[in-house]
Amino acid sequence: MEAKTLYEKLWSSHVVREEPDGTALIYIDRHLVHEVTSPQAFEGLKLAGRKPWRANSIVANPDHNTPTDHWDEGIKDPVSRLQVETLDANIRDTGALAYFPFKDARQGIIHVIAPENGAILPGMTVVCGDSHTSTHGAFAAMAHGIGTSEVEHVLATQCLVQKKSKTMLVRVEGRLGKGVTAKDVALAIIGKIGTAGGTGYAVEFAGAAIRGLSMEGRMTLCNMAIEAGARLGLVAVDEVTVDYLRNRPFGPKGEEFDKAAAYWRTLTSDAGAKFDCTVEVDASQIAPQVTWGTSPEMVLPVTANVPDPKKEADAVKKEGLERALAYMGLQPNMPITAIAIDKVFIGSCTNSRIEDLRQAAAVLKGRKVAANVKLALAVPGSGPVKRQAEAEGLDRIFVAAGFEWREPGCSMCLAMNADRLAPGERCASTSNRNFEGRQGPGGRTHLVSPVMAAAAAIAGHFADVRDIL
Amino acid sequence: MNKFVTFTGLVAPLDRNNVDTDAIIPKQFLKSIKRTGFGPNAFDEWRYLDHGEPGMDCSTRPLNPNFVLNQERYKGASILLTRANFGCGSSREHAPWALADFGFKVILAESYADIFFNNSFKNGMLPLVLPKEEINALFGLVEYSPGFALTVDLAAQKITRPDGYVIDFEVDPFRKECLLNGWDDIGLTLRHADEIREFEERRKREFPWLFAA
Repeated sequence: MEAKTLYEKLWSSHVVREEPDGTALIYIDRHLVHEVTSPQAFEGLKLAGRKPWRANSIVANPDHNTPTDHWDEGIKDPVSRLQVETLDANIRDTGALAYFPFKDARQGIIHVIAPENGAILPGMTVVCGDSHTSTHGAFAAMAHGIGTSEVEHVLATQCLVQKKSKTMLVRVEGRLGKGVTAKDVALAIIGKIGTAGGTGYAVEFAGAAIRGLSMEGRMTLCNMAIEAGARLGLVAVDEVTVDYLRNRPFGPKGEEFDKAAAYWRTLTSDAGAKFDCTVEVDASQIAPQVTWGTSPEMVLPVTANVPDPKKEADAVKKEGLERALAYMGLQPNMPITAIAIDKVFIGSCTNSRIEDLRQAAAVLKGRKVAANVKLALAVPGSGPVKRQAEAEGLDRIFVAAGFEWREPGCSMCLAMNADRLAPGERCASTSNRNFEGRQGPGGRTHLVSPVMAAAAAIAGHFADVRDIL
Repeated sequence: MNKFVTFTGLVAPLDRNNVDTDAIIPKQFLKSIKRTGFGPNAFDEWRYLDHGEPGMDCSTRPLNPNFVLNQERYKGASILLTRANFGCGSSREHAPWALADFGFKVILAESYADIFFNNSFKNGMLPLVLPKEEINALFGLVEYSPGFALTVDLAAQKITRPDGYVIDFEVDPFRKECLLNGWDDIGLTLRHADEIREFEERRKREFPWLFAA
C-alpha cells in the first residue's frame, strides 16, 4: 500500500463525494461557534427556511466580546451585549452538544474550552468561523477557520466544498533550550518561511522537539500555523495525545476509549510518505523570539537588533519596513532589549492554558512588575483553567507581582471588549497578531511567549528570559 | 448571489504587501449582527483621521488625504490593485463584505490568504492572482493614467487594458460557474443530501464516539 501522509488519511476519510476536477464535499464532525462570526449565518439559515443538519456537532460559547472584570455588571457595551444575546437566542433555537453562556463556570475562549472538554478528538474535521481553529490540529484533527457563508453552509449541510491542499512537513529536530517554548518555535518558523510561506499547504509539524511538547505546547504551535498562512497545522497522535484525552467530558470512556485510541494511533504519517515540501528547523538554534513590526514574520531573536530598511534591496519591502518601524515607533539597529513596554498581556487562544500560566508564574514568583509598566493582565483561557490555576496558587503569584488576575475571554488579543491599548502604547503580548491597531487603535504589539512576557514585565523592557531562569 | 457579468471598472491602487483583515475592517465593526453596511468603514483606520466606532455618520468624519482611496481620481473604483498576501489574518467575512459594499467587484494581487480568498467568492467578488510583472506594470499604468480602467471578462478569463493588451487569468472552474450563474452553494450541496446522510450513517457505525450526545 502506498505510504500516506497524516493529512491524506484525514482528507480521504471525510470525502462524501468528489468531482473529476478534485472539488470535494467534505464531512464536518465538529462545528465550534462564537458570537462574532455566526449571527449572519443563523439569520441566513432562517431566511432560507433551513434547519441545522446536526445540532449536536455544535460546541458554542461567547468569548470575543465578553468582559474580563466586573462580571456582576454584565456586558456594558450594548452592541457587544446584543451580539452575545443573539448567540444565546440562536443556540436556544437550534440546540448544541454544549453551550456555555457568559459567566458559566465552563465558559472561556472557544479554542480552549473545546479541547479541555474532549470535544476535539483525533481524526475529526473541525471548523469554526475563526482563523485560529488551526489550534486543534494538535490532536491530528483536520481543523481550520471558515467565513460566515461557510458557517451557514456547515450548519445547513454538515459539509464544506473543498479542494485538497498541498502538504508541507516542518521537521523540528533537536532539543529546545531552557526558556524556549512552543511559541518561540512557531515564531521562528514564521520568521523563516514568512506569513505567506504556508499558503495553500496543510502543514505537519514533526521531529523530536515536537514530540517533546505537551498538548498545550502543540496547541500553541498549531494555533500559529495560520500566521504562516497555512490552511491548517497538524501533529501526529502519540501517547501524549492519548493520555490527554482520558476522562474528558465529551470524549469516549472505558472500552470505547480503548477502541478509539487504537484508531487514533493510526493517525500518523506513514514512513516514506511524500510531502510536497519540507522545511528543516534545528530546535537547539531557536532563541526566545520577539516580533518588532506589524506582521508576525517581522520577528527576531531577543538578542538581535531592529532591522535597518537601508539594507533592503526590494523597494516594496523596504517601504513596508519603514512603515512598520514608523508605526511601531522604533529606530533601525536598536537592540530589541532596549524596547521599553507600557503593558503586558498574558492570555489568548495561543497562550492562556494552564501550562502557559504555570511557566509565566515561575518567572514572576518573588518578583515585581517594573514601575514603568502601567498594566499587566493575566487572562486565563477558560473557567476550568482559572480554577486550576487558583488551586495551584498561581493567581496569588500573579497578583503579588503586580498583575491583574481576570475572568476568561479573548480580551486584549483583539480588543473587542474593554481591554485594549491606548494609541502609542506598547505591549508585550502572548497573543498571535501584531497587526496595526490589533490591540486597540494606534497600539503597538510585540508577540512573545508567556515566559518572555513575564520577563519583560519585570524588566520594563524586553529581556532574555534565559538570563533570569 | 448576483451573477457576475463582464464589466469595465476604474482601478484603485493599494501599494502594500500583507494588507490584513484588521486593516480592511477593524474589530469594533465586527459587533454588527448584519451582513451589510460595512462599506463606509472599509480601511477605517487608514481612511479617516479620527477613531471610528459603529453607528457614527461617516459622511461627516475627517478623511485622511494621504490615503489613496480618498483621492478624487479613484472615486467609484470597482477594481482594487494590490500586492502579495492580501487579506491575511482573521477569517472575518466582514472583510469581503466591506470591500464589496465599498464597490469593489474584482481584486488583482500577486497572492491572497486562503480564507479571505475563499470568502470573496462567496460574496460575488472575483479575487484574481496575476504574475508579479503584470501587477508591476498595472501599478505603473494606474499611476500615470488618470481614469485607468480595465475590462474583466470572467467567461473568457481575460482582462483587457485600455491599450488593448490582454491578460489571461486562471480561475477554479467550479467557482467560475458559481459566480457566472449566481448559484447558491448550499442549494447545490443539498442536492447530494442522500449521499451526505449515507456517509454520516457509515461514520456513526465506524466511529460512534464522534456522535456523543
